[in-house]
Amino acid sequence: MRELTRHRLFWPAAILVVMLLANLIFTPTFFRIELKNGHLYGSLIDILLYGAPLILIALGMTMVIATGGIDLSVGATVAISGALACSIIAEQADQEAVGGVLTAVGLALGLSLVLGFWNGLLVARTGIQPIIATLILMVAGRGVAQLITDGQIITINSDPYELIGGGYLFGFPFAVLVVVVVFAATAVLIRRTALGLLLEAVGGNAEASRLVGIRARRLLVLAYVFCAFCAGIAGLMISSNIRAADGNNAGLWIELDAILAVVIGGTSLMGGRFSLAGTVLGALIIQTLSTTIYTTGVPPQITLVFKAVVVTVVCLIQSPAFRAKAFHRSRPSTPAPSEAEVPA
Amino acid sequence: MLRKLSAVVATGLLATVLTACGGDDAGSGKIVLGFSQVGSESGWRAANTKSVKDSAATAGIDLKFSDAQQKQENQIASIRSYIQQKVDVIAFSPVVVTGWDAVLKEAQAAKIPVILTDRAVDSDASLYATFIGSDFVKEGEEVGKWALAEFTSATGPVNIVQLEGTVGSAPAIDRKKGFEATIASNPNMKVIASQSGDFTRAKGKEVMQALLQANPKIDLLFAHNDDMGLGAIEAIKAAGLKPGVDIKIATIDAVKDGMTALAANEINFIAECSPLLGDQLMELTKKAAAGEALEKRIVTKETTFTPKQAAEALSTRQY
Repeated sequence: MRELTRHRLFWPAAILVVMLLANLIFTPTFFRIELKNGHLYGSLIDILLYGAPLILIALGMTMVIATGGIDLSVGATVAISGALACSIIAEQADQEAVGGVLTAVGLALGLSLVLGFWNGLLVARTGIQPIIATLILMVAGRGVAQLITDGQIITINSDPYELIGGGYLFGFPFAVLVVVVVFAATAVLIRRTALGLLLEAVGGNAEASRLVGIRARRLLVLAYVFCAFCAGIAGLMISSNIRAADGNNAGLWIELDAILAVVIGGTSLMGGRFSLAGTVLGALIIQTLSTTIYTTGVPPQITLVFKAVVVTVVCLIQSPAFRAKAFHRSRPSTPAPSEAEVPA
Repeated sequence: MLRKLSAVVATGLLATVLTACGGDDAGSGKIVLGFSQVGSESGWRAANTKSVKDSAATAGIDLKFSDAQQKQENQIASIRSYIQQKVDVIAFSPVVVTGWDAVLKEAQAAKIPVILTDRAVDSDASLYATFIGSDFVKEGEEVGKWALAEFTSATGPVNIVQLEGTVGSAPAIDRKKGFEATIASNPNMKVIASQSGDFTRAKGKEVMQALLQANPKIDLLFAHNDDMGLGAIEAIKAAGLKPGVDIKIATIDAVKDGMTALAANEINFIAECSPLLGDQLMELTKKAAAGEALEKRIVTKETTFTPKQAAEALSTRQY
């Protein structure tokens, strides 16, 4: 039991389970999943579907945070990617053509990579603080998205495009399958090669890692490019889900949710050790919280306060120091040093 | 280079001086209007922005435009900068109802008339010149009246869900008030869930999807704008239901996408909220700059649409 509670993913997982169970009290049918029109339908599926963009962005954010950086521009990248894809599709004679949709998706993701490269260069080559470097694109990016959409909401009617964020493959939401593939690919790349170790080394101590011969700059650029790529896919999902590109609102403040997801998942903002699975749990916790608010009927006026309280409690439970104080008061001998997570 | 620069600075200074006296002497240059828009959260807002920009160009008014991106602090900052630039008239669509006293007093102290467009504030009426815009309470009442007529023969309870606009915004507060007050005359009509969808399609869809899970029987959806309604239609379809048939839908705004859905019978009723107040705003700007007293409340002309009317109006719809 103690082994279990010591596992770094125990608390995020426990919190998620408690949240889901709490929903069951208010909505007895919460765990029911049925087949409707040949696809899965239910609250749990909704959480996965609407959480998919956040999970993706949070995965990218994890990589950046592992290097000791932060990427505030993901929300802007979401808006730009969706805006570009939708405006290309809207201009085509046949919006249903698969070729046209693939072109639009390709160009949008290509542009996302360029945006990530820009961030990476600013951070790695010019040495600008990540929070400032990415702030530039965060502010300017929405303007770029508005330029692409001409300040309008671009509505499209394209079944192939709708598949990305609102469609189903073999009854499963396509967006969720994309997340699974990206997660699996990342996990293999990170943990089966030395890449993850190198990232953690750069985040833990950039100077030391340079001295042992790690090419820190390349890794930094790679992390930002990957993060922007994830944001680009998320942008496609969000716009495809509503069949419209909304330059002003798509992905608004999602960077903050993503950072929160990473932190709830147990990754330190100081860089170094990171946990991909923890991040996924963190993102699911945030989405479950939103869904809970809608279904239990928390009045909109106090939604933000409710969220703040829950997030505070979640963060407190996550904190080893707080747990030691709150639960082991009678046993001061409980060893605390072993909990310290020294980055590699 | 230096000479060029100083020439530019001098011209700029001259322009500032000229515009500063513009209010006293109409002949001494263009009227400068500082306009702070809420953001561009919807198609309606985009049409509103376009109307203001186009009308300013035709009326020969120098428009300084800024977008507050839904943040009150941005809006206050841009109004302050207009005061510093000494524009002739300031107009803005307040993001939220409260918290404007200080900045309005600053404008008053600088003797710059302020025109509120499309949304109201709770400040004292002496602090602004006029308020031009829709009557949101009436829009809510129109939807309420339609709902009463639509469900007049219903014997059992009518379950209503409401997608509210941005929390704290005037349209969200007033539309809710007008609607709920009107339907209160029929005890069968019951709002079983009411959540904010932030006036956006994405939130409208996400919230509606969750509400559909929690409430197995929904008869009527009232969305505070077309965009949330359009998002909700997607959610209703995903739940295997037919929007406009299994769940009746009423919205407010009447933008083109909304009217298209109305004509296709996916929405059942739309109360119009016209964004085309640019011409009226420029008229008022000229009067305010000339120092004329204005009526405190000017309501824009609006109507309501059924699917049949929508099909007819769609061909000439500008936005």
